[in-house]
Amino acid sequence: MAGLELLSDQGYRVDGRRAGELRKIQARMGVFAQADGSAYIEQGNTKALAVVYGPHEIRGSRARALPDRALVNCQYSSATFSTGERKRRPHGDRKSCEMGLQLRQTFEAAILTQLHPRSQIDIYVQVLQADGGTYAACVNAATLAVLDAGIPMRDFVCACSAGFVDGTALADLSHVEEAAGGPQLALALLPASGQIALLEMDARLHEDHLEQVLEAAAQAAQDVHILLDRVVRQHIWPSPDYPLLQSGPWGCFSPNIPRVSWHRQGWYAPHFMLRTPQLQ
Amino acid sequence: MAMEMRLPVARKPLSERLGRDTKKHLVVPGDTITTDTGFMRGHGTYMGEEKLIASVAGSVERVNKLICVKALKTRYIGEVGDIVVGRITEVQQKRWKVETNSRLDSVLLLSSMNLPGGELRRRSAEDELAMRGFLQEGDLISAEVQAVFSDGAVSLHTRSLKYGKLGQGVLVQVSPSLVKRQKTHFHDLPCGASVILGNNGFIWIYPTPEHKEEEAGGFAANLEPVSLADREVISRLRNCIVSLVTQRMMLYDTSILYCYEASLPHQIKDILKPEIMEEIVMETRQRLLEQEG
Repeated sequence: MAGLELLSDQGYRVDGRRAGELRKIQARMGVFAQADGSAYIEQGNTKALAVVYGPHEIRGSRARALPDRALVNCQYSSATFSTGERKRRPHGDRKSCEMGLQLRQTFEAAILTQLHPRSQIDIYVQVLQADGGTYAACVNAATLAVLDAGIPMRDFVCACSAGFVDGTALADLSHVEEAAGGPQLALALLPASGQIALLEMDARLHEDHLEQVLEAAAQAAQDVHILLDRVVRQHIWPSPDYPLLQSGPWGCFSPNIPRVSWHRQGWYAPHFMLRTPQLQ
Repeated sequence: MAMEMRLPVARKPLSERLGRDTKKHLVVPGDTITTDTGFMRGHGTYMGEEKLIASVAGSVERVNKLICVKALKTRYIGEVGDIVVGRITEVQQKRWKVETNSRLDSVLLLSSMNLPGGELRRRSAEDELAMRGFLQEGDLISAEVQAVFSDGAVSLHTRSLKYGKLGQGVLVQVSPSLVKRQKTHFHDLPCGASVILGNNGFIWIYPTPEHKEEEAGGFAANLEPVSLADREVISRLRNCIVSLVTQRMMLYDTSILYCYEASLPHQIKDILKPEIMEEIVMETRQRLLEQEG
């Protein structure tokens, strides 16, 4: 789009945010009862779902079992309806494989795999709507899902993307900002210690600016950590002390309740019941 | 034909239960539990930079000098003496691999299995070849934990006549943390069905056998057709257990029985409706409280 300025003179971005501001994050744990752990996250318009199975016995080839630690298996898939144009291959294409590999590297650094030798942990992530920052949303969703499954982790893994426009570092890029072609950096870090689990950038950025962009991404990841922390605490012990972060999109239909608390098990699926005709 | 449709609706929180419980120390991974190095670290914690840090999200439990963090739900962790219900996944050389909702598949050695007729002898090569005749892939068994290996795998045995292959019934899979530890896990409920509450979260509901078969030792699966009345009782019990689980109540014979009795006025399929579920569980909770105090 010609003439689209990603950062206005007053310092506002295309969607009205400031340079270092994150999009609205809503998250939910325990979405599926069948899986060991599951979570759903929305970062702005990016929606990601993560499901974790494990730790369990290694299925398939026994030879892949590691004698001293657990095998982490990540699969990334994006729905065909997730992007503007319908995607042909939801999984198995190069980008999905690479994302899966990156997620695996990230979580192998964070999960305490030495505690579960010879077992396997499966993390499946699916992007339902991609509006920029898909890696970050996947990592955040997968963190919540791993916590829901009770798998021991060193720390949270919080991720955020960052860019650089007009001498200012932007945090949490949306699709419009990503498509503009500027440098994008994805950062996943362990908040308590500030250690970086994964740092990825495939664009040209002057090294003088790297520090600034890195700083913006790190700060944004710490902010994400604050939000995810509240989601987890709300999940393990819902109480008035930890007020709900956001009311979800599956809103309560009663206008009298300003804040909705969610049952940790999930929301109800539409419930269909057929009644057989009464026999005479 | 009448059709009933529901739209997704927010559930009410379990706030009424929280008022009675004491304040718990909640932690998430990365939180420092204590900087005092005098404590021993238990499950759910790890030592980092001279601080004790939590590795799961849950509540901190302290017993004297041992600190551990109990997560909300985990896979089953075997302890010696537990009763488990499991499914055979593999038949190997001298043992069976049993899936018990734990981190690694459990092991049932051929030597830990009772021979039909209750003979006591060394297992020979013929026994090895006849293993598939005893238990095949997909069979359900009830067994007791004999030993736990260093990597967490569990070794089972069925060295008693009450354990063995399970016949007709219904399996309900719940979280292991919801099954209360009791003296006995085999219950014959007065409503007309029997239930095995496996510590690993697998619950088996089956029709009470009329006469106890002493010699079979649980090998011959009873394949006679189950009567409609028994099947209705079993379905009702299954729905009651599911409703107790959704409301996060501990499962033991008394709670299941009270829930069953509270659900009698409703139809079996109605028990799974959210508002009826809450009503039944509320009644069960009240009865249990009255019984306690």
